Parts: sequence; C-alpha cells; structure tokens
Amino acid sequence: MCIVCGCGDASGPAHGHDHGHASEGGELLHYGEGPARVSVPGMSQERTIRLEQSVLAANDRLAAQNRQHFGAHRVLALNLVSSPGSGKTTLLVETLRRLREGDPHLGLGVVEGDQQTSFDAERVRATGVPAVQVNTGKGCHLDAQMVGTAFDRLAFPATGGVLFIENVGNLVCPALWDLGEAAKVAVLSVTEGDEKPLKYPDMFAAASLMLLNKIDLLPHVQFDVEKAVAFARRVNPRIQVLRLSATTGAGFEGWLSWIAHELAHARHETHHHHDGHDHDHDHDHGHGHGHPPADAAEAEVKALRARVAELEARLGASR
Amino acid sequence: MHELSLAGGILRVVEEAAQRERFVRVKRLTLAVGTLAGIEVDALRFALDAIAPGTVLAGADVVVESEAGTAWCLACQASVAIEARAEPCPACGSGWLQATGGTELRVKDLVVEDACADPALQLG
Repeated sequence: MCIVCGCGDASGPAHGHDHGHASEGGELLHYGEGPARVSVPGMSQERTIRLEQSVLAANDRLAAQNRQHFGAHRVLALNLVSSPGSGKTTLLVETLRRLREGDPHLGLGVVEGDQQTSFDAERVRATGVPAVQVNTGKGCHLDAQMVGTAFDRLAFPATGGVLFIENVGNLVCPALWDLGEAAKVAVLSVTEGDEKPLKYPDMFAAASLMLLNKIDLLPHVQFDVEKAVAFARRVNPRIQVLRLSATTGAGFEGWLSWIAHELAHARHETHHHHDGHDHDHDHDHGHGHGHPPADAAEAEVKALRARVAELEARLGASR
Repeated sequence: MHELSLAGGILRVVEEAAQRERFVRVKRLTLAVGTLAGIEVDALRFALDAIAPGTVLAGADVVVESEAGTAWCLACQASVAIEARAEPCPACGSGWLQATGGTELRVKDLVVEDACADPALQLG
C-alpha cells in the first residue's frame, strides 16, 4: 500500500498510481524532500473539506463586472472568435472602416488577443481606431481580467460605441471564458471545413452569430453552406447566420445592420437600467432578430415560458 | 490547451481553501467534470501534474467524477440526457436543445492533512 495516499490498499479500489508520487525517486522521498515539501511529522490529522466551487467562478465574476462596466459606458462588446486564418482581422479592419465611414462620431475600440506580436493591433490602429494588444503568452484565450484591464485603456465617448474583442485564434478554449461581451461572434471561412460547427460544438453553442466569411471563394472550394448552417443550428438552434466577404464587401450591409441593431439594444438597456446593476444579458442570445421564421420564434417564446414556469415551480418546491 | 488555465484555476481554488482552512497538503482532490463542459480529462490531469510540484497539490490523488450532460428539449418540453452538444433529442429527434447540466467544472472536495500542532505527536 502506498503510504501517502493509501492507494493499493486491499480494502480500497486499485488504481493506476498516476498521481505522480511514483516518480519521486523511492518511498522515502515521499516523506521528506518530496514535492509536497512538508515533512511527515507535520502531517497527522486528515479531514475532508467540501468546496463544490466552480473553477470558472472567479472569471465569471470579473466578466459580470466587465458587463456592468460596458453597460455603464453604453458600449456594445462583441467577442470575435474563430480558428487561425479565418480572416478575422481583415474582417474586423473592414468593419471598422465602414463603421467609421457611416458615422465618424461612433466610438470604436479594439482589444486584440494574440499569443505574441502586435501585428494585428497595428493593422487596426492604421484605420485610426484605438487598439490595445494583449499578448497571452502561452495562454490560448483571453480572460475577463485581461479584457477589463485593456478596456480601461480605451476611451469611449459619452454616447458609447462598439468594442471589438478579437480573441486568440482558437475554436476550443475561448468558448469557456466569458469576457462580459454582449455576444460571441464566430467567424467561419469557407476555406475551412463545413463540418467545423460539429467538430467544435462548444464554440458554436456559445456564439450568438456565425459569420460565414470569404464567400467570394465559394466557387473554388468544396464547402456546403447549407450543411455548415444546419450543423451550427444542430449545436445551437438559436444561432444567427450571415454570409459575407471581407475582401469584396459582399454581405456587409447585413453584418453592419446586425451591429447597429445590437448597439441600439445595448444603449436602450443602459437607458432603462441606469443604476448599472448587473442585469442579465441572457436574452441577447434568445431573441431572434427576425432571422428564424416568426412562427418558430413564437413557438420558442411559448416553450421558454413553459420552461420558466416549470423552473419556478421547482424553485418554489425546494424552498 | 485551456486545461492548463483550468488547472491554474483549480490550484487557486485549493490555495484559497488552504489559507482559509490552514492545511498543508492535499491528499485527494475530487473534481466534477461535466460531459458538456468542453474539457479533456487527460489533458486536465496532465496540466495538474505539471503545476502541482511545490504547491499544496503536490502528490495529491486526483479523482475525476464525470457529470452527465442534460438538456432541455424545447420540442418535448422535457429534460433529456445527452452525451454531446451536437446530439439530437433522444426522445423526439429534434435539435432544439438547450444544455442545462453537465456544463461545469467544479472542485467538489478535498481530503487534506493538517500540520500537527502537538509536538508530542510528531513522530507518530
């Protein structure tokens, strides 16, 4: 029997001894100079501490602060996520250029996340829009603390505006970290596979909008748009989809009007919740913006009401 | 490899508990990993092994309990069990599902060892 953890005891379940102390160079090292850096005489009592603590709770608290902060500044925060090479930065630069063209007074700011370099922030700054580059080093995603700090370095006019957060190119990890954004926007280019929404379901489940980028290349690639959309809806029935090309500008009106709609919504929210309390943004993912057919939207509302009633009943019962 | 960040988050939770509860090392760490939480358990174990040395988690036995995925099917208006996000409703086959459970990573509990206060017991 292993004396440190008790594994291998005939009375306990056998397990693979995969917790590392086998590599400490012999039994004696367990007790003295092992990685625990405590000596055996100091250890006697043993007890169990129940925690039931969510590991992402610390990030979620900071994200809630960011969300409140964005709301107070009337800022619509969009978290752009994609694989590397989806054309996210080109799309962002073109979006900024057009937003500026449409309204020179609109507040704009960018948080650029990359493991290394400031290339992307420089591309953004060339449009005249301020950008803060966050280098995550070995990290594969931005977290709420990074975004909060970066946001403090950006200045928005009193009328608010749009904050674009360009996450690290990665379709896996950024799905888990809430940054306080109003919506995650997943960019999928047609030069990637049309099966990606099923291959990386967590990201498409977390996104409110999927942008199918590089549609000008459709004639040259094997990419089934309908299939990609169907797969995305399978992991997220509410996801909205827009098709565009950052190089030709095709489909940009739809994307810009989506932003305008969300921005109006963000400002409206601020107007109605002036006290800046932490209001729930879940409905951002719920309301359909008219993209799903109206009867489907109605059915959804009905189903959600039933769900709310059911949960309230359950809550009532547990009190 | 977001598992490395998550391992860091686990260590933070454990170290906060160590400060609060004054223990010197963790003998067993029990985690609850939701099937729909987007976490690769082997990668998480690897990451925990990598960061544990020199911390209260060094040498700790890591127990991972899997939590089943559940979703609310808007078509059936019922809670159903699913194993992956892309799965259709097992009852009606529709894809109109909203994940409701098994989406979290939690530190469930710790079995810890305290520094012994009584010197007379130290050689025990």
